[in-house]
Amino acid sequence: MKVVGKNVRKVDGIALVTGQPVFTLDVTPPGAVVGKILRSPHAHAEIVRIDTSKAEELPGVLCILHHGNVPRTPYTTAGQGWPEPSPYDSFLFDRKVRFVGDRVAAVAATSEEIADEALRLIEVEYRQLPAVLVPEEAIGPGAPVIHDEEESRGIHDPQHNVAAAIDIRVGDIERGFTESDVVVETTCEFPYVQHVPLESHCVVAYLDEEDRLVIRSATQVPFHVRRIVARALGVPLSRIRVIKPRIGGGFGTKQEIILEDVAAALALRTRRPVVMKYSRAEEFVAARTRHPMKIRIKLGAKRDGTIHAIEMDVLSNTGAYGTHSLTVLSNVGSKTLPLYNKAPHLWFHGKAVYTNLPVAGAYRGYGATQGYFALEVAVDELAEKLGMDPLKLRLANHIRAGETSPIFEKIGEGRAGKAQVVKSCALEECIREGAKRIGWKEKHGKKTSEGRWVHGVGMALSMQGSGITDIDMAAATIVMNEDGSFRLLVGATDLGTGSDTILAQIAAETLGVAVEAISVYSSDTDFTPFDTGAYASSTTYVSGGAVLRAAQEARRRILEVAAAILGEPPESLDLEEGHAVSRGTGKKVPLSEVGHRAMYVTDQRHIIATASFVAPESPPPFAAFFAEVAVDVETGVVRVVKFVAAADCGMPINPALAEGQLEGAIVQGIGHTLYEELLFSPRGRVRNPNLFDYRIPTAADVPDIEVVLIPSDEPTGPYGAKSIGEIGINGPAPAIANAIYDAIGVRLYRIPFTPERVLKALHGKSMG
Amino acid sequence: MTRDASKKMLKIYFELNGEPMYVEIKPGEMLLDLLRRLGMKSVKEGCRTGECGACTVLLDGKPVRSCLTFAAKIKGHRVTTLEGLGSPANPHPLQEAFLETGAVQCGFCTPGMILVAYDLLSRNPDPTPEEVREAITGNLCRCTGYVKIVEAVLLAAKRRREGVWR
Repeated sequence: MKVVGKNVRKVDGIALVTGQPVFTLDVTPPGAVVGKILRSPHAHAEIVRIDTSKAEELPGVLCILHHGNVPRTPYTTAGQGWPEPSPYDSFLFDRKVRFVGDRVAAVAATSEEIADEALRLIEVEYRQLPAVLVPEEAIGPGAPVIHDEEESRGIHDPQHNVAAAIDIRVGDIERGFTESDVVVETTCEFPYVQHVPLESHCVVAYLDEEDRLVIRSATQVPFHVRRIVARALGVPLSRIRVIKPRIGGGFGTKQEIILEDVAAALALRTRRPVVMKYSRAEEFVAARTRHPMKIRIKLGAKRDGTIHAIEMDVLSNTGAYGTHSLTVLSNVGSKTLPLYNKAPHLWFHGKAVYTNLPVAGAYRGYGATQGYFALEVAVDELAEKLGMDPLKLRLANHIRAGETSPIFEKIGEGRAGKAQVVKSCALEECIREGAKRIGWKEKHGKKTSEGRWVHGVGMALSMQGSGITDIDMAAATIVMNEDGSFRLLVGATDLGTGSDTILAQIAAETLGVAVEAISVYSSDTDFTPFDTGAYASSTTYVSGGAVLRAAQEARRRILEVAAAILGEPPESLDLEEGHAVSRGTGKKVPLSEVGHRAMYVTDQRHIIATASFVAPESPPPFAAFFAEVAVDVETGVVRVVKFVAAADCGMPINPALAEGQLEGAIVQGIGHTLYEELLFSPRGRVRNPNLFDYRIPTAADVPDIEVVLIPSDEPTGPYGAKSIGEIGINGPAPAIANAIYDAIGVRLYRIPFTPERVLKALHGKSMG
Repeated sequence: MTRDASKKMLKIYFELNGEPMYVEIKPGEMLLDLLRRLGMKSVKEGCRTGECGACTVLLDGKPVRSCLTFAAKIKGHRVTTLEGLGSPANPHPLQEAFLETGAVQCGFCTPGMILVAYDLLSRNPDPTPEEVREAITGNLCRCTGYVKIVEAVLLAAKRRREGVWR
């Protein structure tokens, strides 16, 4: 390998480190106006009257949209493949508001100040409705119905506020527990947490010289934006172009169409370019969150430590709208249960429930994060009850290469899945390597104290997927220039992950050129081929698969021309260092000559290749996580001293970028484990919508982090690669919870592990 | 803030990335908005409340949050944005170090990070990892977990001590 497996610099790196204007709002068309949204002050209310006349009289106000003057078409804001497995329960603007911060109206004005003033002048009369903020109450008797509108579609049981439900059985769960020698049962809770990308949601929408709607957006899913905006506004898809420039982080929240629809509607109505961006407060209130969940888990095992039965019962809070409600819920089981595939008896069931709270959506980990918190805490308890080392218990039960799980076939993306045999798995080596680095043998079960600080270690395992089987599709086009350089056009959506770089590496390796010979374009729905987008850990595997195929086809065409020049059969030629080289005679011709001949001289053609790739399966990456914590028994403060992650992402295309994905995900995970949580007033208002009160990790909070990549060779992946984007966030909560237990003998079941909670748990313990 | 359009614009002189500037500012205009208006798009808005550090610029060589700094305050002073440090054709060694170590993911926090690191190294040419973490602690990054950012600053410090700097 010349290029793959190397830490090449990010192809977009030089622009980013020198601050070039590459982000959505760095380029705005002349004459752009500002769009702003009026939001609901109530958690649940009907809009009885809306009077915009005073606002419209304000000079500089160009347009005000509300439920009375826009089409009423149900859609989902979830940027998923068509047909979306999320309910169509959202409207551009509705007669009803369902959470504090829900859309009421939008204004376009010539300045931000005028837009703000216009929002103040809009008169809205609400009829408040009873609100429900607790998932258990939302599905209880007499709860207000949040989605009582007729037009919505795909809601599992609107009368009882159930957006989605799942019930999957394998074997006979009752028998499974009866046959088990040891059973543990526990309930873990995951609160409202948020992505907090440094760049908030933002968009520029305008009509181009041919009157087509152009949407330049910070999105992970440009093609889904095009399709969903077309539906929401009733504009033909052919009249919409979506451009994705550089993105300032997404982590799932930009897999949502929450601003493009409004900006596009305002641009169409005013015929002016419209710029919109979420303030940080709006980002906290009206972007998306991880689905808060309560997960009851029950594990049964044989005396020898074989896990025999697993039940998972999930109550997921989807907030006011059901975006990603079914698929995140499904993932809680589908991404966790196959890890312990020795258990013949499984029952996975749950509900995703509407409440009058902010809207949950896709967030890195996508249900697996919540599921692993519960599963890996329960496995720790099981080990204790069995009197086994939790590391050995995991080694005895985890899935290995050549094995399968019935769950792969039972649970798919909002429908049945597909049988799959795991073809690559280095989890055992990950566990052993991680254990060595944290000092498991020396430290586990042997807490040590330094004054008030008590140290302990804990571990957790995880797997994820690589794209969505049979659904995620990517296409790539490779265009050769006559000088032997290439353009790589992909719909894949680099949102900071470095995917443009690894896709260029895959192309460069296949074409025998340096990465510098490849210019990457991502993504523009008018000019780059289709890609489902950046989610579900799909880009390396699915988009990478498309790039590999396109590059192989371009290579074939190059060799045809080179063969004619060299007078040798194409089969005898290789591409190396910018040349076609004969293996037999050593004769060679530079690609620039091939390019010039193909374009200008003989038997002219443009060497271009396009290929598609559909995920034939979803090969899981694996990881073992180890945390050493210090707990201050007087204040309850938990400090992560060291965090080790050993991960198998197949053959890493760019190890430094893969490590970066793990490191970033781990620190995000430490954030939600120790302090991140959206807090609400009794009336459903977010109490901490700013970065001071909702604290995310700073550089000073970061412990000693060690990540190690243990390669495996995934035969279905491009150059043996699997995914790495999400898996890292699944480890911190359970590994830290288990480490806290190791230190102070107290189990914590609700994150974040704030000092107050730790102290309370400690006192509960001492009181017996 | 500036609802009254009749309020007078103010003309100020300052130095931007080494070049003299004589510009009109709006009453109450923040430095963040002025700099972006002048085309300095490396200055990023992450929160507008001084909590994230993405809008950091150097005022007479010292890091300030441009979202909390009134534009009027820079009258007669030197302002440095990331554009003033290096360019794609001629990147600064700090920028090179960020590229080399993989310290850039989405790149939105990068301008502020690099400027804060620049200030740190001008005061402390041989920082410990803890001192680097301490220096960048007011600049939030959600992508990298800071691991490779700290590596980048340490690498740049080493090169600076070896004479690779400007």
